[in-house]
Amino acid sequence: MSESSPPDDAVLRLENLSVDFTTDQGEIAAVRGVTLSVKAGECLGIVGESGAGKSQAFMAAMGLLAPNGRARGRATFGSISLLEQRPKELDKVRGLSIGMVFQDPMTSLTPHVTVGDQIAEPLVVHLGLPWKEARLRALALMRRVRMTDPERRMTEFPHELSGGMRQRVMLAIALACQPRLLIADEPTTALDVTVQAQILALLGELKRERAMAMVLITHDLGVIAGVADRVAVMRAGCVVEMNTVDAVFKNPRTPYTKELLAALPKVDEPGPGEMPASAAAVAKEPPLSVSRLSVSFPVRRGLLGKRAELRAVDDVSFELRAGEAVGVVGESGSGKSTLARAVLQLIHPQGGQVVWMGREVAGLSSHQLKPLRRDLQIVFQDPLASLDPRMSVGEAIAEPLLVHRSDLRPGELSAAVMEALRNVGLGSEMATRFPHELSGGQCQRVGIARAMVLKPSVLICDEPVSALDVSVQAQIVALLQNLKRQSGTSLLFVSHNLAVVRRLCDRILVLYMGRMMELAAASQLYTRPRHPYSRALLDAVPVSDPDIQPGRFARSILGEPPSPLAPPSGCVYRTRCPHAIEVCRDQRPSWEPTGAEGEVACHRWREL
Amino acid sequence: MTESVVGAQSVWSSARRRLQRDWVTIGAAGVIALIAVVAVLGPLLSPYAYDALDWRHLATAPQSSHWFGTDRLGRDLFVRTLFGVRISLLVGLLATAVSLVIGVVWGSVAGYVGGRADEIMMRFVDVLYSLPYLFIVIIFATVFGGASLTGLFVAIGAVGWLTTARIVRGQTLALKNREFIEAARATGVSTPGILARHVIPNLVGPIAIYATLTIPQMILFESFLSFLGVGVQEPLASLGSLINEGAQEMQSAPWMLVIPAAVLLVLLLCFNAVGDGLRDALDPREERLRTEARQ
Repeated sequence: MSESSPPDDAVLRLENLSVDFTTDQGEIAAVRGVTLSVKAGECLGIVGESGAGKSQAFMAAMGLLAPNGRARGRATFGSISLLEQRPKELDKVRGLSIGMVFQDPMTSLTPHVTVGDQIAEPLVVHLGLPWKEARLRALALMRRVRMTDPERRMTEFPHELSGGMRQRVMLAIALACQPRLLIADEPTTALDVTVQAQILALLGELKRERAMAMVLITHDLGVIAGVADRVAVMRAGCVVEMNTVDAVFKNPRTPYTKELLAALPKVDEPGPGEMPASAAAVAKEPPLSVSRLSVSFPVRRGLLGKRAELRAVDDVSFELRAGEAVGVVGESGSGKSTLARAVLQLIHPQGGQVVWMGREVAGLSSHQLKPLRRDLQIVFQDPLASLDPRMSVGEAIAEPLLVHRSDLRPGELSAAVMEALRNVGLGSEMATRFPHELSGGQCQRVGIARAMVLKPSVLICDEPVSALDVSVQAQIVALLQNLKRQSGTSLLFVSHNLAVVRRLCDRILVLYMGRMMELAAASQLYTRPRHPYSRALLDAVPVSDPDIQPGRFARSILGEPPSPLAPPSGCVYRTRCPHAIEVCRDQRPSWEPTGAEGEVACHRWREL
Repeated sequence: MTESVVGAQSVWSSARRRLQRDWVTIGAAGVIALIAVVAVLGPLLSPYAYDALDWRHLATAPQSSHWFGTDRLGRDLFVRTLFGVRISLLVGLLATAVSLVIGVVWGSVAGYVGGRADEIMMRFVDVLYSLPYLFIVIIFATVFGGASLTGLFVAIGAVGWLTTARIVRGQTLALKNREFIEAARATGVSTPGILARHVIPNLVGPIAIYATLTIPQMILFESFLSFLGVGVQEPLASLGSLINEGAQEMQSAPWMLVIPAAVLLVLLLCFNAVGDGLRDALDPREERLRTEARQ
């Protein structure tokens, strides 16, 4: 903390700020004596796990605490003492001089007001501009935050935009009145890695261009590397380390910061999974094989509109070998979750074959499928939502046993549940708890225990860690790794983040708009990606090195996927591909082997 | 399931904990219990029968021999009011039970199975909805042996389940796509199993609340029917028919109207208070909001 002696030109300064909440369980101290400051043109990164008090410290400064919260200490913005302001005066400060961006852009936007008007509104309210002029400025702002097709977007509603575009709208609103301070609270946590890279690059640009102070709150140190100048690491309501971004990454002083750094998934470091599959494993019959699988959904536009077909998964084939982990990677809308559900027959595919344990499952009734289901289990993204809120942890884990192992006596059942809990690193006292009493990481462990209790041959993980803190992500990935090694279960691991997958997977399947772009051994894909899309996904992953990070984001993928209702002709990726040529528009690329362990769908993979 | 795995601690126990601090709900439940006990025991202790005529006291105001006074025929209004409470409570509870059983099964099956079955089942509900309900009730009441009480229960229940079915279907639709239902399907739990283990238990909260709010509605509905003369027939009395009689004597003998009306009012208020209290106690979001605030 010694180096944090507040500079005199600080825009925002928190001094010994504490926040307490009054709850049924008594007083809870969320923030304990935080002192920090940001000056103009500087970005301060605040890092910590959920519950570290990082958001609450700034909510308190803005006067946005929940009614049961109380703030003590000092928070000064320029010459204004924020904690002593009356609500009305605070409103003025907040709208005019401080901009805020939150994690979920959907809930932060008003659903029934057009995007253009929402950006124009602060200009009308705070600067007193007439609507016409405000809308013109809004258009300029939308261009500034790099929204595609801003004239059309002006008249669209929030639900018509993608998550990344919504976050750009939030940024435009925050920037409308040329604030001196921008507070971004987990601005990219809900977004795909590719879109995250774009938003972070934009934040970096804006900071340089406008010379405003910026506070970037996140649980992900990797996000900070490219944007922040200084970093404050928070834990349990206190700042445990504060330093320049270089020093924090290269020379962390506290054990906690080291832990956080170690937990970061590293895209540039090979995982232990990247070993050639043993000959024995290859020889065995694959527990799961998928060939030419297609899934489409009928979509109706408007009340009486035409029926269109949305091809979520288009002609996908792959094999999951015994004891192997395959990663399925792509942005949202790439069809990876649909693929996972179609493989499990939770959605019925329109075409192609799915073979479980050597048995074709396409035409089977749910009754015939039931005995086969014990070999394929799934873990979901949202750990809390995937557990029945009315069932105790023990009941939830016992359910698959009750369905498939009716021969078990109560004592054996109970023992099996306890063992499953132990295997995922939870104590037996957890059995009587309910999901809402657990943390996200604990819920996900329960989800894994439930899926593993039948000792399935295949475990499908649908983004199992993307709703969790980075440090918890690392623990869950390590757990899956252990389970895979001990039980020999094959894993199909769906994720939008290539870095997370690297620690775990032997082979990676890259999907884009429902089609296969590349399937390669992990060792190959990370060192020599053949498809431009794989390369773009790799570049989008934040690297925890402030020296190389800023450049990487800029190199990353441009734009967003086109509408899945009208996919581009030829190669679907061509609209975003920097290497697209004529043939990419005319012909769909064929699926070509690139070597022993790789295949790719790209016309130009040989030259690139 | 085994005791060791399944803990006694549940959503209900945390609800109970919260209820214990809610004196309005507890008070209201106490008042209902008190009225019910008096309604059951009271007539046994009273020297008068509900249909006995006292020729010396015709339409007398409340006094020591007739606490609530008498009606035009000299019947003791205290006993008649208690009988009215009995019938009103009975109708309220039974009709609610009938409407719950039909409504929950109908609504959850329609919502979960979906597709064509849902279409047909819900259109059936719509058709019944669009018929004038009084008409249906009168037909039912006639079919089931004139003005018998059974007829009344069946008739009111038969109309009441429509709303329950709609509410349950809506809740089921919201639950159906939740990941834990998908997880159960992936595990191989059968459709009836999912309905019984995952869908209906998660509806218990809303259903319990809806039920406590339905009981007063049913009581009111019965009173309305009796007021119209379709419901309970003389010499039996329900709160509704007593109010009806009282309304006719409003100017000469106001107590005949005021007393049963007051009892009805107290009952309805208490049931509504219990329903509100239950809703607050059972909604786990309450607690979640508090935990979120901590972060």
